[in-house]
Formats: sequence, structure tokens, C-alpha cells
Amino acid sequence: MLSIEKKTNGDQLTIALTGRLDTVTASDLEKEVDTSLESVKELIMDFEHLDYISSAGLRILISAQKIMNNNGSMKVVNVNESIMEIFEVTGFADILTIE
Amino acid sequence: MATNSKEIKIPAKVEQLSTVQSFIEEILDAAGASMKASMQISLAVEEVFVNIASYAYGGKDGDATIKVETDTDHSQVRITFIDSGVPFDPLKKEDPDVTLSASERDVGGLGIFLTKKTMDDVKYVNQDGKNILTISKII
Repeated sequence: MLSIEKKTNGDQLTIALTGRLDTVTASDLEKEVDTSLESVKELIMDFEHLDYISSAGLRILISAQKIMNNNGSMKVVNVNESIMEIFEVTGFADILTIE
Repeated sequence: MATNSKEIKIPAKVEQLSTVQSFIEEILDAAGASMKASMQISLAVEEVFVNIASYAYGGKDGDATIKVETDTDHSQVRITFIDSGVPFDPLKKEDPDVTLSASERDVGGLGIFLTKKTMDDVKYVNQDGKNILTISKII
């Protein structure tokens, strides 16, 4: 299960995720990334309530990062310890802006 | 060391992932695995199972058997994935370069790498026409 909550503030978009970002749920986030970022200059991914991420989720994050490299900026906030470890092992800790 | 063992046989389909995860989580909970070990094992299980579901049978129907063994002193879990698909050793795949920037990164190839990094041991054999991949971790 993954729930995706979006908040827009001018050209800033916050996407807050709750649950699990896995092979099955990643396609829901992929749809958002493919359709919602066009006029966004600042993307904030809020992981406060995200419990789990797999490589399928990492793939979407890197796609979003590539889009936002061209459009503006992206940051990931409120990352829990176990997800942070996945980011470190995969080098995502260096690619993403994590606050 | 005595061990407890449980197994399921299911269609090798991505839609079965939540069934697989519930099966594994129940055993890990009963074995008193730490949150961190549970998440890493869930992750490895997803990566291996999705790999089998995506590639083993080349789009045709097939089954996967997943056997979970825990030591009776709850110190270690060993999970074996068996399929009768195309012989494939995922451990032979070259590790991705994790030092590249976002624009240089390929979006895939992280699953087996993560499995190798988070598990204590990952072994592959092809035996009697079956792919047998075993992951183990101290919990």
C-alpha cells in the first residue's frame, strides 16, 4: 500500500508518501512524476510516513531527480534510518538532496 | 543447530509480491527479527522474487518455491528461492557504479546489488534444471 498526497504552493510541489514504495506501488508514483512536474520548480518529497523503499522506488526517485535537474530542484525530507541506509549503500545519499 | 522451516509455492507473478511479503514478515516477526533486519530481508526478498517473476519464465506461467528456515535460537534466517525457469545466475551481473551522478545513472540494475549489500550471504546454484538462490542474514 502506498498513498500519495500532493500539495502545491506556487511552483513548489510537495509529494508526501505513506506506506511502501515497492515494485507494485512504484507505478503510482511514476504516474505522478510523469504528469505533475511540468510547471514545478521545486519538488519536495516528504518521506516522514514512508516505511519501505525497494529498487523500483529508487528508479522513480532518480527519474524525478533527472527531470528536476532540468526544471529546478528536488529535495527529500524526513527520511527514516533504514531508508537512509538504502540511500547510502546505493550512492543515492550523494545524488539526492536530503534534509 | 536445529532449524524451523516453512515454504510456499506460488505463481511467479509480480502480483504475488504481497503474498510473499506477508509470508516472510510473519516468520520474521515470530523469530523476533529487528526492524532493520526485517526491512532489509523484505527488500532482498522483493528484489529476488521480482527478478524471478520478470525473467525466469520469459512471459510464460511458472511457479516459484520459497523456503524460509530460521534457527531455533532465532539468530539467523535463510531464504531459498527455487524456480524451473531459464538458468540464470543473477550474481554474475556486474555491480552498478554507485558513484555516478543522477544524469549519468542508469535507472535500473540496483536490485541484486542491494540484495548482495544487505544480506550476509547470497548463493546461487543451478541444480536438476532449477535455479536455486539462497540468501541468509543474522537477525
